Amino acid sequence: MEYILIVISAVFINNVVLAQYLGVCPFLGVSNKVNTALGMSGAVTFVIVLATMVTYLIQTYILEKLGIGFMQTITFILVIAALVQMVEIILKKISQPLYQALGIFLPLITTNCAVLGVAILVIKKDYNLLEGVVYGASTAIGFGLALIILAGIREQLELADVPKGMKGVPLSLVIAGILALAFMGFTGIVK
Amino acid sequence: MNQLQNFTKGFIKENPILVLVLGTCPTLATTSSALNGLGMGVATTFVLIGSNVVIALLSGVIPDKVRIPAFIVIIASFVTIVDLVMQAYVPSLYETLGIFIPLIVVNCIVLGRAEAFASKNSVLSSFWDGLGMGLGFTIALGIMGAIREILGSGSIFGFKFISGDGILVFILAPGAFIVLGYMIALVNRLKKA
Repeated sequence: MEYILIVISAVFINNVVLAQYLGVCPFLGVSNKVNTALGMSGAVTFVIVLATMVTYLIQTYILEKLGIGFMQTITFILVIAALVQMVEIILKKISQPLYQALGIFLPLITTNCAVLGVAILVIKKDYNLLEGVVYGASTAIGFGLALIILAGIREQLELADVPKGMKGVPLSLVIAGILALAFMGFTGIVK
Repeated sequence: MNQLQNFTKGFIKENPILVLVLGTCPTLATTSSALNGLGMGVATTFVLIGSNVVIALLSGVIPDKVRIPAFIVIIASFVTIVDLVMQAYVPSLYETLGIFIPLIVVNCIVLGRAEAFASKNSVLSSFWDGLGMGLGFTIALGIMGAIREILGSGSIFGFKFISGDGILVFILAPGAFIVLGYMIALVNRLKKA
């Protein structure tokens, strides 16, 4: 039951992009086509789950043991950068089609603040390893959901006649605002 | 003249938020009031100046192949300094900005300036570039924070000028997206005119 609550809360109520403002850069950057949005959310899910696991273990068994919690930011970002690089290399070796689908998104993920954000939030919220992984995975699903919805809307609006200044980023931001408004309707489902 | 250009280009011509659209996450998250926006801006400015100067100093030493991880470590060190200093001296602001202080590390502006400017220019130019970009970021955050605070809670820098509540939605997430959208649209419009 607890896990279901974590999932619903992370996907709908505290949606990572629309309510917590994490990962907005890729949210705006790769949301012009549904296909690329799908690829990006796949890659993000993969990296977030892996990163949550590794950073959790490092925090509990290395940083806290040695009492150097202040090194958290430096360690986590390095681990995430290394992890992304490693995933890229492994994917290239073992699964060429998957690499071609996700490959171009992987380098971008290092600077996706959702990854580091989730890693830090898991520590802040005092989750255990399993809860942390479930939280990470559902956050990533929430990210994918928001990304794919926005991409779908933007595809529809491609040919719409919008004022010149509003084209591109401003329009996406206003749409995201309306989406966030819609997602606020989920508030209160889980107490 | 050249240094002056390095300093002022971040204000309008290459404003990191309104023109380059970098670092949108902290922009949206920390501008629920003018003061929070400015606080975040100052913290980011410090990191920008520090990392720009150190990276410019070390540009001959860092091998080209591992430059990105090296830059990230330098940036993360400055972020840790800011994190600890803010925790000690402005605990209430630290509490409000929360997770977005450590997340300055992944703010694209900082790494972007390191890669595009500091690694190729002199220490002095990099300093002015960092200061200018940081101030441009701070100004944009301050303006956006002020707009949201005025509309959302009817106050500015904490001084209330209406009785009752404002338009609450402007303090919440949807307001952040919409205000930033219209601010960028306005800048686009002015640029073309």
